[in-house]
Amino acid sequence: MEIKEEEKRFTLSLFTENKIGLVNRITIIFTRRKMNILSLTTSESELKDIYRFTVVIKTTASQVAKVVKQIEKQIGVLKAFYYEEEQVIFQEIALYKIPTKALFGGETIEHIIRNHYARILTVEEEFVVIEKTGHEHETQELFEALKPFGVLGFVRSGRVAIPKPMRKVMSYLQELEDLAYSLDN
Amino acid sequence: MDKTKPEMTTLLNTTTMYQPSGKTLISKKNISGAEAVILSLIAEGVDTIFGYPGGAIMPTYDALYHYMDQVRHLLVRHEQGATHAAQGYARVTNKVGVCFATSGPGATNLITGIADAMIDSTPMVCITGQVTKELLGTDAFQETDVVGISMPVTKWNYQVTSADEIPEAIAKAFYIAKSGRPGPVVIDITKNAQNEMMDFEYQKCEKVRSYHPYRKLDEAKLDEAAEIINNAVRPYMIIGHGILISEAQEELKAFAEKTGIPVASTLLGLSAFPNDHDQYVGYVGMHGNYGPNIKTNECDVLIAIGMRFDDRVTGDLNRYAKQAKVIHVEIDPSEIDKNVKTDVALLGDAKEALKSLIGRVKEKTYPEWLAEFAACDAEEKRKVIEKDLAPTTEKLKMAEVVNKLSELTEGKAITVSDVGQHQMVVSRYYNYLETDSNVTSGGLGTMGFALPAAIGAKVAKPDRDVVAIIGDGGFQMTLQELGTIMQEKVPVKIMILNNSFLGMVRQWQQLFFERRYSFVDIESPDFIMLAKSFGIKGEQVSKREDLETGLKNMLASEESYLLEVIVEKEDNVFPMVPTGASVTDIRLE
Repeated sequence: MEIKEEEKRFTLSLFTENKIGLVNRITIIFTRRKMNILSLTTSESELKDIYRFTVVIKTTASQVAKVVKQIEKQIGVLKAFYYEEEQVIFQEIALYKIPTKALFGGETIEHIIRNHYARILTVEEEFVVIEKTGHEHETQELFEALKPFGVLGFVRSGRVAIPKPMRKVMSYLQELEDLAYSLDN
Repeated sequence: MDKTKPEMTTLLNTTTMYQPSGKTLISKKNISGAEAVILSLIAEGVDTIFGYPGGAIMPTYDALYHYMDQVRHLLVRHEQGATHAAQGYARVTNKVGVCFATSGPGATNLITGIADAMIDSTPMVCITGQVTKELLGTDAFQETDVVGISMPVTKWNYQVTSADEIPEAIAKAFYIAKSGRPGPVVIDITKNAQNEMMDFEYQKCEKVRSYHPYRKLDEAKLDEAAEIINNAVRPYMIIGHGILISEAQEELKAFAEKTGIPVASTLLGLSAFPNDHDQYVGYVGMHGNYGPNIKTNECDVLIAIGMRFDDRVTGDLNRYAKQAKVIHVEIDPSEIDKNVKTDVALLGDAKEALKSLIGRVKEKTYPEWLAEFAACDAEEKRKVIEKDLAPTTEKLKMAEVVNKLSELTEGKAITVSDVGQHQMVVSRYYNYLETDSNVTSGGLGTMGFALPAAIGAKVAKPDRDVVAIIGDGGFQMTLQELGTIMQEKVPVKIMILNNSFLGMVRQWQQLFFERRYSFVDIESPDFIMLAKSFGIKGEQVSKREDLETGLKNMLASEESYLLEVIVEKEDNVFPMVPTGASVTDIRLE
């Protein structure tokens, strides 16, 4: 009998050109396989004009390998990597909007903010915005702690991640250039 | 409006053409984007376009009007026909097939053919007109998100919104469509971009930073593969479309003859290796030959070249070639280990790989191993082929018709088969002796493919016999292309194998749904009268004694000719690997 492969979270780091429609080209690869994207963020990378997508998915090791190859095949994608949780340093940011009056109910809120290493971004007449960075369970814990005070709004970003391996992206790109072959040779 | 065709002086007087060694091929001052489209195509060596005009692509058609003596445009009767015709053209030439369509419905009608080209790795560039830039996203007349719709089925697509983007976009389109694993590209050009004026300069694309179509073969892996091949006891080779795409037929033959390894083909690999070669053992797949299927699970080394282990080839993957060391020669990295786990992956062009391997492998022969295939052939002959070719039934069987066609054309025609039972019969019984002779819709299985694809193949190869072999169902999906044949005078031979059923579905209903024939009984018009209404001669054959004459009449005709052959209604195609079964479980009856 075949052993069913375990599903795990994987963080994908995709280095791409800055082209219209590329997000769509990448996301339909997941859609076609009925895979849910847990989070997706994109921004310019350490290299000028090269963008980094960070995508989090839950799937099996064999499936993620295949999907990453499909992504790397897209015109506009320079290089695609995938990592298990322990291979990346990652963070998310969460913002919480709570009523300003909650601040004046004793020291509780202050303790909560301090204990969760969060900070107040702004205090308005009607509401306060708190910011916390951390892993999903940490930002969720703060959300739970603030709930009794009436959370007016809550938003959590997608994951941003830096892989632990030291090799630079440029060296991978150079390797691809070196492997490139012209049939006219 | 006076639209007298201009003399061919415009282009030559104002255009600079450089030798291929120079980077600039053509330049011309102050021309419209539409003219830039046509000049770009000419720079890419395009001589044929299949298309259909409409509002959003009218400027480009107007520009084409001035270049009619350089580029042949065939007016199809439906845009789907344009794509399949372009596919047929591409498949027999290895050149890029080109289609034109307008925005909205024109573009959406292309999608089936684009999807077909994608899955069957066929180089194609489709130019679609689009509403003017300011109207994008406004639900304007005949506006649709063509880039969005075509994205999953294109190798690359791009929307051009200003004229100056045109040369670069088209150059990139041709480079991407043709190189590496070929595929379709859509360039969607807004009407304003077609009308804007620009200074035109064309440079062929030679590189895209994020695209590496060819890889240097890994020397260590070549050594490893050669060692496995040299030590093999029962090696077996399955070749696919990649051999034809990389034009590796000679290298394959040399490699096969040196190593003595039996060669089988996939559906799309047919005609890459001559059927009459001593080492050719047949074709693999759901309705392939008996030996090639079961021996997959008995070989010790499986060398797969330019094929992608489609489910119709492998059957149950958990019981596919598990005993064998697998060497996969493949140009697309995403195909490695996708379906079948590879022991040695040779990532690169098939031709280059075979050239690199041939010096590393030993001369060997495998007479006993080949004899095992021959024993399987004998069993298949007794249980299937003899019944197919010398039937006791009154009605003709598809197999005997195709076999007779093969005999009369000496295995040298280009067959363009549609999809269904007849397609499998063509693959089984046409004796391909010349390369680039098999055009069919493999991966997508598009009924209606053959008639327009045959038009494209015949236009590309006017000196070869091109026979479209189509079922009565598939023919009715694109029969409007008889109009294209009529108007463009394309001498395509059309053979309809009419069993008054959607035969393959009926076969499955018989075998797996207890004969509940749910909506497979299909009536047809009088095909001969229909052909006649398009000015195409034809005849119907229903008796065995009339078959040869009918085929000879068709083949002798200098014009297009439609031969309708009435065949056995409830004929089944065997052998058969039922869905989900192992190749070992192939049924002979």
